[in-house]
Formats: sequence, C-alpha cells, structure tokens
Amino acid sequence: AGPLALARDLLAEDGEPFFVLNSDVICEFPFAALARFHRQHGGEGSLVVTRVEEPAKYGVVVCEADTGRICRFVEKPRVFVSNKINAGLYIFSPGILQRIQLRPTSIEKEIFPAMAQEGQLYAMELQGFWMDIGQPKDFLTGMCMYLQALRAQHPEKLHSGPGVVGNVLVDPSAKIGANCVIGPNVTIGAGVVVEDGVRIKRCTVLKGARIRSHSWLESCIVGWSCSVGQWVRMENVTVLGEDVIVNDELYLNGANVLPHKSIAESVPEPRIIM
Amino acid sequence: LKAVILIGGPQKGTRFRPLSFEVPKPLFPVAGVPMVQHHIEACAKVPGMKEILLMGFYQPHEALSRFLVSAQQEFKIPIRYLQEYAALGTGGGIYHFRDQILSGGTEAFFVLNADVCSEFPLQEMLEFRQQHGDAHSFVILGTTANRTQALNYGCIVANADTQEVQHYVEKPSTFVSEIINCGIYLFTPAIFQHIGDVFQRNQQELVLEESSNGWQRAEVIRLEQDVFTALAGSGKLYVYKTDGFWSQIKSAGSAIYASRLYLNQYSKTHPERLAQNKSGGPIIRGNVYIHPTASIYSTAVLGPNVSIGEGVTVGAGVRVRESIVLHGASLHDHTCVLNTIVGWDSTIGRWARVEGTPSDPNPNDPYAKIDSETLFRDGRLTPSITILGCSVTIPAEVVILNSIVLPHKELSRSYKNQIIL
Repeated sequence: AGPLALARDLLAEDGEPFFVLNSDVICEFPFAALARFHRQHGGEGSLVVTRVEEPAKYGVVVCEADTGRICRFVEKPRVFVSNKINAGLYIFSPGILQRIQLRPTSIEKEIFPAMAQEGQLYAMELQGFWMDIGQPKDFLTGMCMYLQALRAQHPEKLHSGPGVVGNVLVDPSAKIGANCVIGPNVTIGAGVVVEDGVRIKRCTVLKGARIRSHSWLESCIVGWSCSVGQWVRMENVTVLGEDVIVNDELYLNGANVLPHKSIAESVPEPRIIM
Repeated sequence: LKAVILIGGPQKGTRFRPLSFEVPKPLFPVAGVPMVQHHIEACAKVPGMKEILLMGFYQPHEALSRFLVSAQQEFKIPIRYLQEYAALGTGGGIYHFRDQILSGGTEAFFVLNADVCSEFPLQEMLEFRQQHGDAHSFVILGTTANRTQALNYGCIVANADTQEVQHYVEKPSTFVSEIINCGIYLFTPAIFQHIGDVFQRNQQELVLEESSNGWQRAEVIRLEQDVFTALAGSGKLYVYKTDGFWSQIKSAGSAIYASRLYLNQYSKTHPERLAQNKSGGPIIRGNVYIHPTASIYSTAVLGPNVSIGEGVTVGAGVRVRESIVLHGASLHDHTCVLNTIVGWDSTIGRWARVEGTPSDPNPNDPYAKIDSETLFRDGRLTPSITILGCSVTIPAEVVILNSIVLPHKELSRSYKNQIIL
C-alpha cells in the first residue's frame, strides 16, 4: 500500500474514487458495477470478493449479508470462517490516503482491519471466474478459465480449423504446420512457429517461440523466443524462461528452466534448471 | 570338425523375460536374425566343418524346428537339435551326447554358448592351436575385461609366452585376472576323458551322501567349475586372446547392445542388411536393419542401432533410436521410441513416447563389458531398457519410461519405472 502514498498527489487530484488492482489476478473485471456499488454505500473503500473452494489458502472476508459491510478479515484461517476471499480488486475514495504512510505497508494487514472496525469497508461479490495466477500451475488454470469466458462472449476471437480442438487463441502472425492437433486450452503468441505433426494441449506459447516437428506438449509455458526440438515431450507444468533451447528427443516433466539455458538431457522428475 | 552350440532351456535365461515367454532365447532376433544364427554362420564358414549340433533342454518347439530347417538350407550344412533329458550343465550335455559328437571320426569340435555375441575367430583358434599346442590341446577363447567386471566371469591366468592356462576360477570374489572366458571353446575327443573323471568323482561323492536325486546330479557337470579348474596347470589347456568384439547376452538390454555390435560388423560381412538412405524411404542414421516386408513412412527417422522386424509398420514422423522392433509391431504417427524392445504385434499410439535407459558399458573404457544389472536396487526398479511384451497396446500421447510391460497388456495411461503385469 505504501506506493499509493507516493502517488498521493496524482490520486487525490480530482477528488474522485480510484481503482487499485493486484496484477496477478485474472477475472472478468467488473469496473462499472464496482464503481456503482462504491457510490451507493458511501464508505471509504470497497473490495471485490469471490467464492473459493479452499478459502484457507487466502485471506478470508466476513461481511454482513445484506449491506456487504465488512466485519473482519481473517488471514489464512485454520478453521472454516467464510468461503469468500479478497479478490485483489479495490476502489477507494481519496480519503483513504490519509491512512497510508510512505513506508512498506500491507493494505490487507494494516489498513483494512482498521477500516473494517470503523465500518468504512464494503465487499461486492464477483460474478464469473477468478484466479490468482502467481504460480505457473494456477496461471494455466486461469488461462483455461479465461478462454472459456471468451468462448461465451466473443467466440469469433477463438481459432478454428482442421486440427483445432476446443478453445484455442492464435495470434494472426503465428504459423502452424500440417498434421498438428492444437488444443484444448492453448494460446499461441505473435510470430510463433509450430512445425508439422505437433500436439499441444493446455499450454501458453509466448512470442517468437518455435516448436519443432512431432513434439508433444501438455500443461506448459513456453517462454519468448524459445526453441523446442523435434520429438520432444514436455508436460506437468514445465516452464521455459526466455530464449531456452531444448534439444531433440528429450523428455521434460515439470522442469522449470531459467532463461537462456540449453537443455541437452531429459528431466524425468520435476526440478529447477538454473 | 564339428560345432556344438549350447542353447540352454526354459529354466535358464530367466533374465530375458518377458521376451523369452514367446520365443526361446537363442531364437531371439539380434541385428535382424536369430541370436544363434550368427553362431551357425560363423561355424559354417570354417573349412572342414561337417556338422553343427544344437544342444539344450527345450522341448520340441515349432519355431526351433522351422529355424533348423531353414538354417540347413541356407548354410548347406547338416544341423541337428540334441535334446537333453534334463539340464545337465555346460559339460554334462556334451558328455551325454559324446557318441553323436564323435561319430564320423571327429578330430576336433568347437563348443559355443548361444548367449554370447562375438566375432567368432574360429579359424584363428584352429591356427593358434597348431602353433602353440598340439593336436590334443584344448583352447578357450578369452578376452580382456576391466578389473572390477572380470569378477563376474571365468578368470584365466595364462603363461605370457606359451598361453598355457595356469589357473582358472569361475566368478571369483577377489581379483585374479583380467582375461575372461568368452564361452567359446575348441576341444578334441580327449576332453571326454576329463569330463568322465568328473562324472566318476561325482558318483563317488553321491554314494557317500544320501540323496534322492543322485542319478541326475552326477550327470550335471559344469565345464567351467568342474573341468577347466582341474585342467589348469596340466599343460593341456590354452587360451587364445581376442580383441574382437564380444559380449554376453543375458538381459534384454544386452540384446540391444549386441545388436549394435553385429550391425557394425555388417558393414564388412553383410552390407546388404544395412538400410540405406534413398528417396521415398525413411531417413537412416547410422546402422539400421529393416526387414524387406516392413513398411515405413518417408518422414520417419531411424537409427542409429535400430532393427525393424518382419511386417512392421512405422508411421509418419516416427523416431526410433537404439531399439529393436519385433515382427508385426505397429508404430503410429509421431511416436518416439528410444532404448526399447517393442514386442511382437504390439501397437504404439500416436505421439506416445516409449523410452528406456541404456545399460551400455562405459565407452571410455575399451575393456568395459555390459553390466548384468539387478532388477531392483534399494527397493526401486533400476532404470533399464523398456520392454513391451508380445501384443501390448500403448495408447496415444502417453509416456512409458523405464518399464517392463508383460504380454497382452492394454495400457490406459502413462507409466514410469514399473513392471506392469
């Protein structure tokens, strides 16, 4: 929260409320509804909550059912308190800036509890999907959710054609070879080249990467400008950083590879390659 | 001049399972032809060879009979199978059938173990005996191993000038010699006298003990422990040392290694058996054997060290390396098969990866031999060649790593480091 104090002058300038977003969150951002909700209750801050199956992994919010006023926060509760968690999207009135000093501050631990006690903090429930995509595994899950929402709202943006299965997003500048089967749940970035006979499922392939022929990828993130060789098998949340080269005929199972590495040996069990 | 090839029986060669469930181990194809055909070809080439006898305790078997018929036709030499009534050991069998071996006035005969892979320097052994011994000397073919691995074999200590064997120990626990027994011998009829002595000794010992298996045990004679150990230092036994390639074939992994050795030899002895790159055909790297009836897409990449059997189909964009694909098997598009033996009539689905771990000897040590590794170490399956038994089905897009799949299994998911019953 400290950085908000840095931007104090800019934020307070016009006296209007301002949004604050955690960047490692993906959802169908309900900006208009959140702004309306905030004006209606007139409190100092509003945050978006979402329902999850395992709330103990997150910060849990307890609030009044009819008004949405937040009573208290419990961080990573050990017994079940509520299944609504802080989704990391906020809107604040400029008055909040008086609570925040220019020092490292956790908004959840230091600012919100005080606001909740004073009855100044309200929660709006999120509609649609939500995912914290800070970990590669969750990033891929979030990607699947996003593509599913895209299918419902803008199906024309998804890729279709022979060899395309399910929800697939392909940049117009990418090239896909013959006899490939791509999808479900694949995103392919700009300038990517996928050679013949490649099978890709549940992956993100970033800009400029090349996947050589006959390889098989499932649940992977292929970084910018990577080169994946022929007959390579990658699975189980293998993540390749920028400019990684994977030699032909290797097997990568859960490998996390730091940028600019060359991989010349298979990685049969998950590990980090520095 | 005759040759006896010891082919063992079903109780022997258990390390070769599950492959030995389908076909007797001596008939398993190595570099495209049955293991024992390499022996027969080498024997048939020796001038003066009158007859080849296969000896073992397999029951009469259709595959074996058919093989004998076709081998006789191809090599134009009488070949017979002598069936031992029980497992009589490496010496007991030839002793039991000594009349057959000696019939027709045999002056000398070779004895070869079927489960070795070798250059078979038989002519050289004959010449060596003329130079170093006399008409009554026996010769063991020896080769050099490294100090640690030599303990797994029969060790030979020989006089540096005369090559006479002074001492012989089978699988010692401490270092004795780096020269090891290759399992290929040259004998004269006099050997039966020495084997007979062992037989007499066995019988006498049994009279002293009380045992219900007495009659069978006396006839079980091991050439190595019982005969060579006694003959060492007597001036009758010599060793001919070879630098040519040699390996035991005990496990499936060693079959792939032996294939590589024989495929290498083909460039000199059978260049027609090595596949060549040609337009419309698959891409060939290194030494590859492809049976004429196999059908292979031109975008497949095969080799090095690959044998493709009869009627095999290999789809588009398939990669096969260091593997044996047995007859009738089918590899679908984009599969990757490495360090694997694919069993008869098996199927591997699209994009599947079937991979084993090679157990090759250390390439930096010229005398290193392939390890006869144990199946388990520290409670876990040792990474080794992946073996698919006969009629196994591997579904599309899975990975099978370091696993052994027993015959007729239809898998439904990936497996690693497992034996699948």
